[in-house]
Order: sequence, then C-alpha cells, then structure tokens
Amino acid sequence: MHPIFSQLRRLALYLVVWLFIGLLLTYLLTVSHDIGTRDALVLALPLCFFYSFICLSAWYSCRGRLPDKFTMGRLLATHITTAFFAAILWAFAAAGLAHGLSKTAMFAGLSHRFRPEIPLIFCTGILLYLLSVAFYYIVISFEASRDAEARVMKASVLARDAELKALKAQVNPHFLFNSLNSISALTSSDPAKAREMCILLGDFLRRTLGLGEKAAIPLDEELSLIRAFLAVEKVRFGARINMEEDIDKDALAVPVPPLLLQPLVENAVVHGIANLVEGGYIRLGIHRRDGIVSIDVANSFDPDAPAKRRSGVGLANVRQRLQTRYGNLASFAVRTEGDCFSVALTLPAEFEVQQA
Amino acid sequence: MSSESQKKIRAVLVDDEQLARQVLREFVAAHADLEIVAECGNGFEAVKAVAEQKPDLIFLDVQMPKLDGFEVLELIGRETAVVFVTAYDNYAIKAFEVHAVDYLLKPFSADRFDAALTRAKQRLSGGATQKTPPAADLAASARPPAQYLDRIAVREGSQVSIIPVAKLDYAEAQDDYVALATAGKKHLKQQTISNLETSLDPARFMRIHRSYIVNLERVAKVEPYGKDTHVAVLSTGVQIPVSRAGYARLKSFLDR
Repeated sequence: MHPIFSQLRRLALYLVVWLFIGLLLTYLLTVSHDIGTRDALVLALPLCFFYSFICLSAWYSCRGRLPDKFTMGRLLATHITTAFFAAILWAFAAAGLAHGLSKTAMFAGLSHRFRPEIPLIFCTGILLYLLSVAFYYIVISFEASRDAEARVMKASVLARDAELKALKAQVNPHFLFNSLNSISALTSSDPAKAREMCILLGDFLRRTLGLGEKAAIPLDEELSLIRAFLAVEKVRFGARINMEEDIDKDALAVPVPPLLLQPLVENAVVHGIANLVEGGYIRLGIHRRDGIVSIDVANSFDPDAPAKRRSGVGLANVRQRLQTRYGNLASFAVRTEGDCFSVALTLPAEFEVQQA
Repeated sequence: MSSESQKKIRAVLVDDEQLARQVLREFVAAHADLEIVAECGNGFEAVKAVAEQKPDLIFLDVQMPKLDGFEVLELIGRETAVVFVTAYDNYAIKAFEVHAVDYLLKPFSADRFDAALTRAKQRLSGGATQKTPPAADLAASARPPAQYLDRIAVREGSQVSIIPVAKLDYAEAQDDYVALATAGKKHLKQQTISNLETSLDPARFMRIHRSYIVNLERVAKVEPYGKDTHVAVLSTGVQIPVSRAGYARLKSFLDR
C-alpha cells in the first residue's frame, strides 16, 4: 500500500504541501518575465496538482531499489533518468496547458509568453522528483526501524512468556530422582509406605500439570500444592522437616501466579533443611490487611553449609514474576538473620489479571 | 573366622537420607565379601569414620550437610576407593566420566550397584596403576563454571576445620602439600599449589611466586629485596617473596 494513500489524512496533507509548492511556482513564474499573477496561478496550480501524482510513482521505484541491495551509482542513474522523463512529461504538459489556455480570450498570447519559462518548469520538475525520492527513502527507513523495534519488543515478550511457562512446568529433577530413590528403598522394607509415597508423588505431579497455562490460581490451591510437595519431602527427610503455618482464612481466595510460593518452600528444604543434620523449621505466614496480602517464608539454615552446587535462580525468578505481574504494587525482600533465612513478599489482594 | 573377615572389603556408607542408606545397605547385604564398618549422615562423620576405620571402599553422596562429597574426598586420602552416589548433578557427572570414577545415579538397580562394586574391587586390587585421580582435580572439574571456592576444608587427624577463603592470608607450597596461613595459624592440606590457584577467584588471589599465592586484600606494600627481586609485605607484617613474573602481575594489579 502506498504510504500516502494508506490514510486520508496523509493524502490531504500531501496535497496541502503541493499547494504550497504550486504557490511557490506561481511566484517563480511572475518574478522574471511578463506573466501576471493571475496567469501564473492558473498555470502553476493545475500543473502542481498533476505533478503531485507523477511524483507518487517515485515510491514504487524507491521500494524496488533499496539502498542496501544496489550500488550508489546504479541508484543515482535510475532515479535521475526517471526524474528526467518525469520532468519532460511535466514540461510538455505545461506547454500543452499554456497552449490550450491561450486559445481563450482571457489568456490570449499566454503560450507565447510562457515559452521562455519551460526550462524553469523542467528544472523544477527534476528537483521535485528527486526530493520525492529522498522523502520516500526516509519513509522506508523509518518504517523499517519501527518494524525492527516492534519485532524486538514482540520477541522479548514471547521469550519471557516461554521462560515463565518453562519455569512453571518444570519439576526439579533432584526432587524427582531423590523421591524415586526413596521409593526404591521402601519397596523391600515397607511396601505399604512405598505405595503411599507413589501416591503422594503422583498427587503432587498431577497438581503441577497444566499450571503453566494458568495466569492465576487461588492461594488455597497453591497451598495444597505446597502441602503435597512437603508430604513427599517428609518421607525423604522424616522428622527433619517441621512445617509451621499461620494463615489468615480470608486470604485463601486471593488469586496468585501459580507456583509462586512452591519454589520458596522448595528452597527452604534444599538450602535449609537438607543441610541441617538435626533438621529445622519452615514457617509459612500469610496475612491479609487493607487489601494487601503479605506472605513470609522463613526457614532455619546452616550458615556454614557447603557451597551450593545449584545456582539459586529460584528466588530471582519469583522476584521477576512478581515484578512482571504487579509492577510496584508488589514487594519482595530477602533477609538473613543468624541461622534464619526469610523471604517476605506482598501483593495486592484484588488484581485484574490480563489474560494473554 | 578371623582369616575370613580379613579378606572382607570394609565399606562406609555416607548419605544424609536414611532411606538412601537403606538401599545401599540392602544391596551390600547380597555380597558376603562386603562388610559395612560405618554409616554416616554427613561429611564430618564421614571424614572421621574414614580416619578411624581406614575402610577400603566408601559410598559417598554428593550433596550433604557440613561437607559435600567432594570436600570429603579431598580430605580422606587416596587409599580408599570411592563410589559417588548422586541424584542429578550435570557438572559432577561430567567430572566422574572424565576422571573415570565410579558413580551411581539414584535410583539405581542392584545390577548397577554390582557393576560399580566390581570396578571398585579391580581398583583396589590393581594397585598404583589404577589409582583414583587427585581429589582436588576431580573436585575442581565438578564445580559449575566460573564458580570459585568460598571455603577450604582441611583435616588434622580426624578433626576437620573449615577456612573461609576471605580469612586466608596466603598459601605456601610445601612438597605435595600447601600450607594455608590464616590468622597466624597454618593448616596443611594435601594439594598442589597450582591446583589451589585454579580454584581461587583470580580477582582476589594471585600467584606471586612459584610457591606462593597471596590474598590481594592483605598486601600492604611491595618492596625491593636484593637485586631485582621483591617482597610483598602483608598487613600482618609477614614478608612473602615475589618472583619476577609475579612482580609484573602484582604491579599491573596495583597500578590499576
């Protein structure tokens, strides 16, 4: 689609510009010789109107000859040749118009008086055509850069979506393999317990399925997921895990991004409990006040534990997801105090989730 | 009876999860020539048990409280054959493969356990030719890339101490050992100085001499010492020789 025709407003603006060019040409015609203002106006305006449409064709030759595909010499040769023919066409049209007008009584002898101005029309024609070419090249590069920008934006949004989906869908392989190992241990010593562990693991995995597609789930559902996760981990770690909950009932229905808290609890197990010989506590506090839900996950840990062999991307991801979803309506803070590690986050209780 | 028990392979099981030890115990029970002399739930206990029991074989979990499997390996010497046991650890598994160390991935079958045991027995009877690789090399290649040590574990007898690298003043090569100087004390560890150098953050530690690595934060000044040699004076007052190459490196750091 030609950029001038794509919007009515643009076409109007284009014609206004050419009206000014017409007035300028009128002035040029009157300045040197014996053509009156009225005669010049009658010649220049229709001529410019006509030429404005000739110059529209420059768009097509520009679009077909992008600067990065042709040498400068070839581009110049093409456009100057086209400009030359366009200007000749215009000059003939001007001569024809003057000739036609001079047949009427009002403009008698105009053709004769106009003849010395033909070279001026020709030169102006070349110039105007080349200006159009330059204008269209600017339009093309502007649109290209805007397209590229839009593509980059779209790509980054897609990448973030994909990352979040992957994150949400992923079950930590450590967790899975260690749980299977526990089942392997129990099959011979305590088959009933082994079956129970299979059921718990199945329950947890089923709850995580399909969460990637959901934008939000009730906090209650997230808590069930956490409890299913801890039920499995309790088989592995036995009495080493002490879970304490302090949860406001009126916060249970609040929608939250799925798997927002589970990584925090998993962190508490992996980086806290797993490094403590005697085990430790995980405290989950959820409170709702004045439309704000505040969530605290605290756990004991060993400050002298071996260096982590897994990078702590969990926290960064939770922080980023809060930020993406709620902007500055949410907060996220990490604290280490002695042998207690805690994450505190707040988010609005009521929030319209825009579904993608 | 006593002659029979002397032939038995003496094994230590190390895993912080009771159920994980239970699987190992069950698989070990199928082998009459294998005897469990200790079960440990963390790295400290493991080092202690190895020092006291001098086992032939150790089944070693990688992720544990107190000391991880690699730290334990570095501390127990090379007379004990090691079979690592882990659930999932890309870098560790790659390192095991490169250094041809036996390992078991949880969950594992009795057959896989038997295969690892057979290999461990070959290693035990094969003598020096099939010795395990230097523990520090294995530990270094099992670390995720661009992750440097933030602590060093050392052992005196069955006593383990942990030195945070920030507390390390300098390290000095002494034959097959490095002496780690911290707060006026020196700890000996069986490791080459080059190996230690690669596991320390180069932004914080520098090899300034064939035999010395220094904590850059401790360097108070560098003084000439004799004909074209230098010494680094630490904030503790200790003087450490600086080689010509070391001086060039140190100077370009101090000029920055």
